[in-house]
Amino acid sequence: MRYSAEEMDALLTRYDYAPHMLVQVLREIQERTHWLSRRLLQSVADRLHLPLAHVEGVAGFYRFFHIQPVGQYRILLSDNITDRMLGSGTLMQQLCKLLGVAPGSVRSDGRVSVATTSCTGMCDQGPAAIINHHQVVTRLTPQRVEDMAALVEAQVPLAQWPAEWFRVEDQIRLTNVKLGKQPALGAGIAAAIAKGPQSMLDDIKKSKLRGRGGAGFSTATKWQLCRNSKGQTHYVVCNADEGEPGTFKDRVLLSSYADTVFEGMTIAALVVGAAKGLVYLRGEYRYMLEYLQSVLQRRREQGLLGPAIQGVDGFDFDIEIHVGAGAYVCGEESALIESLEGKRGTPRIRPPFPVEAGYLGQPTTVNNVETFCAVTHIAVFGGEWWSKIGTPQSTGTKIHSVSGDCERPGLYEYPMGTRIGRILEDCGARDTQAVQVGGPSGVCLSALEFNRHIGFEDVPTAGAFMVFDRSRDMFEVARNFAQFFAHESCGFCTPCRVGTELVVRRMDKLARGYGSAEDIQVLYELDKLMHGATHCGLGAAACNPLRDTIGKFRPAYERRLQSLHFAPGFDMDAELSQARLATGRDDPGAHLETLA
Amino acid sequence: MSNRIDALTPGTFMLDGEEVEFGHGESILQAATRTGHYIPHLCWHPEFGATGSCRICTVKVNGRTGAACTVQAASGQEVESNTDELNSQRKTMLQMLFVEGNHFCPSCEKSGNCSLQATAYAMGMEGPHFEELYPDRPVDASHPEMMLDLNRCILCGLCVRASHEADHKNVFAIGGHGIQTHLLVNSSSGRLGDSTFAETDRAADICPTGVILHKRRGFQVPIGQRRFDAKPISEQVEGGQT
Ligand SMILES: Cc1cc2nc3c(=O)[nH]c(=O)nc-3n(C[C@H](O)[C@H](O)[C@H](O)COP(=O)(O)O)c2cc1C
Ligand code: SF4
Ligand code: SF4
Ligand code: FES
Repeated sequence: MRYSAEEMDALLTRYDYAPHMLVQVLREIQERTHWLSRRLLQSVADRLHLPLAHVEGVAGFYRFFHIQPVGQYRILLSDNITDRMLGSGTLMQQLCKLLGVAPGSVRSDGRVSVATTSCTGMCDQGPAAIINHHQVVTRLTPQRVEDMAALVEAQVPLAQWPAEWFRVEDQIRLTNVKLGKQPALGAGIAAAIAKGPQSMLDDIKKSKLRGRGGAGFSTATKWQLCRNSKGQTHYVVCNADEGEPGTFKDRVLLSSYADTVFEGMTIAALVVGAAKGLVYLRGEYRYMLEYLQSVLQRRREQGLLGPAIQGVDGFDFDIEIHVGAGAYVCGEESALIESLEGKRGTPRIRPPFPVEAGYLGQPTTVNNVETFCAVTHIAVFGGEWWSKIGTPQSTGTKIHSVSGDCERPGLYEYPMGTRIGRILEDCGARDTQAVQVGGPSGVCLSALEFNRHIGFEDVPTAGAFMVFDRSRDMFEVARNFAQFFAHESCGFCTPCRVGTELVVRRMDKLARGYGSAEDIQVLYELDKLMHGATHCGLGAAACNPLRDTIGKFRPAYERRLQSLHFAPGFDMDAELSQARLATGRDDPGAHLETLA
Repeated sequence: MSNRIDALTPGTFMLDGEEVEFGHGESILQAATRTGHYIPHLCWHPEFGATGSCRICTVKVNGRTGAACTVQAASGQEVESNTDELNSQRKTMLQMLFVEGNHFCPSCEKSGNCSLQATAYAMGMEGPHFEELYPDRPVDASHPEMMLDLNRCILCGLCVRASHEADHKNVFAIGGHGIQTHLLVNSSSGRLGDSTFAETDRAADICPTGVILHKRRGFQVPIGQRRFDAKPISEQVEGGQT
């Protein structure tokens, strides 16, 4: 598709020709052109006075940007383990067969490309897909896949596809504070204004609220540090990157409780003294953008955003939405800030921490979507009230995104301290073998541990709760997670960039039946190294599922070893690969007998 | 850089049981190197800012691991570096770097002058341990004076920083992600010959491995008389060098 110089100038004018808007600029261009040719990258670089290699480096970093041609229809099937359990693998084969295209490639007529993507956050209504990095299709069935292929062949525009396919449900199964009745519009802000910034901060301190993004850092401490940091401007950032496979609570909070989220951000702005807020919305949630913008617009008209909020002179705050482009690591707060600044999403060196020098070098507080929701409720009902819910070290409630082998997947909100077994009972899980709490970077619990409790004292979680019954192969679960981390490594540091790849290769080797006890030893060694040596939490957590499953489900691994003792030196058939390349042969006769 | 510390020295820390004085704002690696202590490292160079990407300098500071090039020195720190555990981790990461690229030392004209090779010797690396990944990385010989053999790139980013900070040119950038991460050249064709790169650039001599090479100079100094042939890398840190 052509993209004229006038169009590009109009777009860049809208973004003030600011280099830090590069990711947004590339995303908007690609929405029109499908892919980013070198020529397009060059004109963006020229106009923003950036080196072409820099623009190319940014475009090549994000999974949803394409610097090679792609199909007019770009279909990405969600590849989380829960999607696989719901049959995504077979659907992928079916779709590719119907369309006559190989996974990961573009059909020769340029009509369509099909590939997989990391978790789309639709685990409770999978198998899911994303079309053209915009529309999410849930509940894929063989019928739906067949109809989809027909629509692609007939070149029917997305807007005319059945609306039913794009339906995303909330599936709220159990409510407590945050998913229950919401405070009246503006009530949280009014309460915060009445208290004043310092008392509001004291109230958050009293609540003992800890961040809901995973690490559980004290929200009051973070805000205090940000408030005390000197800078020209302070920023409030809402982390809506929700990339952890199995987590989808933030999606529901944004689609049905956006006012509460934005209100929490506004309260944070009052406390830290920020005039601008940014929502980092993951690319997979692009379909919500127009809706969220309409909520922001309404709030401006209601005097809840913009200059002099609720009539208070000097309380000026507005919110802007940045859309990500498919990179899990951008959920890490310093990588997120790099991405907001239009760069590759590699985590920064800390210190300085974002609260001292974050977005554009200014003091910035980054908080999770659910954290901001909690703040609004605390503003209305008080820190004292919140601190009485949950446990002494983990106050309040936590929302769990439940998926996998259970009758009622969806959202469950409980006070902190809830027993794992209780959640399993409530969601209708039967014959459960294991639960992955907090996603692949969390912990894998076996049935012996279902009496443990959710909370920072025992089992912390970012929200995911994936259930596996006894029919599941925990080795394949760990292998799926290993592939996820290798796919999402930002590539910056040695142990993660190379380590995640080596882990995948070992797991593949075991899966092919060529493993030996030595391979398990190497996996242990990689786990130990990556835990301590990586630059950020992604690489540090990448072997968690591996370690948990080797430790707790060892037979799943040992079943795959050729011998528990013997270590094969090399794979005879693989040794022939160069000969096959040289002769251009890959027929069965060119292979030694394989065990696969 | 001077290895003398002025009277305003903020303090000292302990490195493997030896006292090291540090200056204002220095990282552990900066202070250690300036005072002649060897902490293995590849992506850091005294002239440029730290990035913390190779992780070879990983040490334990009061029991917690961190990259010595990015951790600020502070009074009272107990830093462990030269321990069996850390050196073995370093060896593993070096092995990772070797299998990630295509390193055939015997035919490489950087052999003997290469920090990757020298550090591997220092850590007692005797083989690759992991399976080779054999990436497909073409050589770029388009420039009249210089060439790029990307097979040996360890993505340390030193050329990126040198070109930016010293040459004010931005000839290099990092592209891709994950195991596909690679070096980019800033020119319309993506080739070095079409860039503004010059033989006299600081970035032309910064590469710790054999990627950025001057043409027609290879093997001018015979193997056996090269930098790390004379003395191991661990003994060449005096005065903030290496
Ligand atoms: C690899 C990685 C991915 C992360 N992804 C997210 C995410 O998607 N959403 C989130 O809120 N926090 C994520 N975090 C945690 C954030 O860095 C940060 O701690 C959090 O947003 C702080 O918010 P809170 O204090 O409200 O929890 C991630 C961290 C890492 C290391
Ligand atoms: S651990 Fe290293 S490579 Fe992995 S995501 Fe973090 S910074 Fe990137
Ligand atoms: S070319 Fe050399 S200096 Fe540049 S990133 Fe690669 S190894 Fe480092
Ligand atoms: S020298 Fe410190 S990480 Fe490379």
